[in-house]
Amino acid sequence: MNIKKVKTGIIAAAVGMACLVSTPAVMAAESQYIGSLVYRTGPYAPGGIPWADGFADYINLLNERDGGINGVKLNLEECDTAYNTDKGVECYERLKGNGPTGMPAVMPLSTGITYALLDRVVADKIPLITSGYGRADGSDGTIFPYVFVPPATYWGGADIAINYISQQEGGYGNLKGKKIALVYHDSAYGKEPIKTLEALAAQHGFNLTLFPVPHPGLEQKSTWLKIGRQLRPDYVLMWGWGVMNATAIKEAAAVNFPREKFIGVWWSGNDADMVPAGDAAVGYKSLQFNGVGADFEVHKMIKQVLYANGKGSAKSEAGIGEVAYNRGVQSAVILTEALQGAMNEFGNKPVTGEQVQWALDRLDIDEARLKAIGAEGLFDPIKLSCADHLGKGRAKMTQWDGSQWKSISDWIEPNNEMLGAMYKESAAAYAKEKGITPRACN
Amino acid sequence: MRLERDVFYIILASLLLMVAIPWTAGLLSEEIFFEWPFFFEVAIGGLLSGVMYSLVALGFVLIFKASGVFNFAQGAMVLFAALTLVGLNEMGLPMWLAIIATLIVMLVLAMAIERVVLRSLVNQEHIILFMATIGIAYFLDGFGQTIWGSEVKNLDLGFSQAPDFYFGGLILINDFDLIAAVIAGILVIVLALFFQYTRIGRALRAVADDHQAALSVGIPLKHIWVIVWAVAGIVALVAGIMWGSKLGVQFSLALIALKALPVLILGGFTSIPGAIIGGLLIGAGEKLAEVFIAPMIGGGIEDWFAYMLALAFLVFRPQGLFGEKIIERV
Repeated sequence: MNIKKVKTGIIAAAVGMACLVSTPAVMAAESQYIGSLVYRTGPYAPGGIPWADGFADYINLLNERDGGINGVKLNLEECDTAYNTDKGVECYERLKGNGPTGMPAVMPLSTGITYALLDRVVADKIPLITSGYGRADGSDGTIFPYVFVPPATYWGGADIAINYISQQEGGYGNLKGKKIALVYHDSAYGKEPIKTLEALAAQHGFNLTLFPVPHPGLEQKSTWLKIGRQLRPDYVLMWGWGVMNATAIKEAAAVNFPREKFIGVWWSGNDADMVPAGDAAVGYKSLQFNGVGADFEVHKMIKQVLYANGKGSAKSEAGIGEVAYNRGVQSAVILTEALQGAMNEFGNKPVTGEQVQWALDRLDIDEARLKAIGAEGLFDPIKLSCADHLGKGRAKMTQWDGSQWKSISDWIEPNNEMLGAMYKESAAAYAKEKGITPRACN
Repeated sequence: MRLERDVFYIILASLLLMVAIPWTAGLLSEEIFFEWPFFFEVAIGGLLSGVMYSLVALGFVLIFKASGVFNFAQGAMVLFAALTLVGLNEMGLPMWLAIIATLIVMLVLAMAIERVVLRSLVNQEHIILFMATIGIAYFLDGFGQTIWGSEVKNLDLGFSQAPDFYFGGLILINDFDLIAAVIAGILVIVLALFFQYTRIGRALRAVADDHQAALSVGIPLKHIWVIVWAVAGIVALVAGIMWGSKLGVQFSLALIALKALPVLILGGFTSIPGAIIGGLLIGAGEKLAEVFIAPMIGGGIEDWFAYMLALAFLVFRPQGLFGEKIIERV
């Protein structure tokens, strides 16, 4: 009797398991799989959570409102990297084959993971989209066919920051003799703008002083005593990350350095960075490659379709419109527009990474399309080509008013002529090192 | 007596070097800006930071004294205590009540750690206990975030963060740093007195030397462990409040343990005064090095210089400045 019961139990469990296993497979056959590398845990989670929420909300909005893309439902799966490179690679390997056609593109959200995946994505034919991080020379599509870097690069960010300062000072001619300091995370990421800033310092005659901050940047008193009491620069730029950002802003206040002359790159401009800095952050400026605020049509749709029905990803509607949230939406827009482009070409069914790469090579999100999405003014139009995997690379300046970011400039375009040559030179060196033959783009 | 004289001479020599090296660097290199008011500003800033390091180092010392184990989870305890405090405060508890509630949580945590983890490891190799604390650290990191979330939380104690000028306007000192140093200093003195002049203090030294021997003379090992982990929890809460109000309450708080390690190496793992003197020397030493030496070699030396400084002290005092000299017969 007991044995019979056990047998029945085993059979029931087996049937149940079979159902569990087969259900996603059936769903997967109909839907477009999207693997998303996020970091909702770990030391950088405060910036990772709103990004992941924004990304998921936009994907869910398309599913709930439009039934997916061209009638193909989207099936989102997250994998938490905790911002660790090893976990990131593990996530990529785990997700890349999921769904009927595999992962159509990967957004690693980390320069470290980006570098670790560079060779793998070429072998797997999966586009690597790095928005505002990763390799700046990935903008050269002839050398990096599977790397896409819209809407901006660190090199462009450095140029835009100097462009903005020149506007404040009444023109590039007035930069001569000015003192500009760079406080940077002492890592490959933090060092990214140095080459560009050195070139600009030589060109415009300002004095550049570098202040590396060792990871994680919990203690910066000596750095800021040097800046605020000794060097007394006209402007300070920051390429910071995580807890380093708030600490730097507080230490800047502690030595009375004017926050209005303190400019961070976009990764030093999250809402989460401003919270612990409190009043010390009022007046601090940051570049952003996306608009700020929650007053755009796409936000209204997300609130109406998802949050009103309890389907939002963030804990509450209050998270909508945070800078990192908007960036998540932007990344989702870039990916889903590419998916749509691929489906338009290859048929309304799940598409492969190779097909998405084809679409990214032709990605054109113009003003009209942004308006249709509900993101007019929130994002800058993006137009890519086989050779150009960046676009215009524009960003805008924003300022923290104590409770939110305010946009204080229009989109600023970097000197793409100068930067384009630098991208090409760097990409050519990479191609030589790796033995890559540039593809023809006509 | 001879040992004390050694320590005195080592500290005196290091203080002289801390003055002489920056002054000489200022004379020799054009890149180094040296003026006495600026030197004192950096040195005072470093000493105040050093007190904050001592605060974290204290937690390590307490548990090492009681069990001979390096508590890998001390940083996680700082994070957990701060997350709990802010979480309870956000739920509507007034701050004073949230502090009391968090103290109770830390006491319960200490009891749970003793009951679940430590009790079965009595008289095991220290490395086993150390590995157990790694497990506790990961558990607390994850558990704290699961309950209270991973978002950055603001902890505003209402202290001014503005700079103030002292000594005729010549020297800038941050008020918050001063207040934090005073609070940390008071805590350190109370703990030093408690463990130096009470029966518990003697009992925990006995436990640190030999678990079984301590048990055999009637010292209640489990009570001692609970007390010490609870006191380490209180120290973690104070460190969490002070560092949390400085950095925001977020996962990175767990990383401040990194700032305490050179303090422990230098001061010795078993001495509360060692944690204090070590913190002051490391704090002042790393700041002076960053400002007056780093510009000649590219900058960003603060973190590794602290470890180098600590290791340099080990050359003269292998057990740390105030550590207990271990003599084992073979």
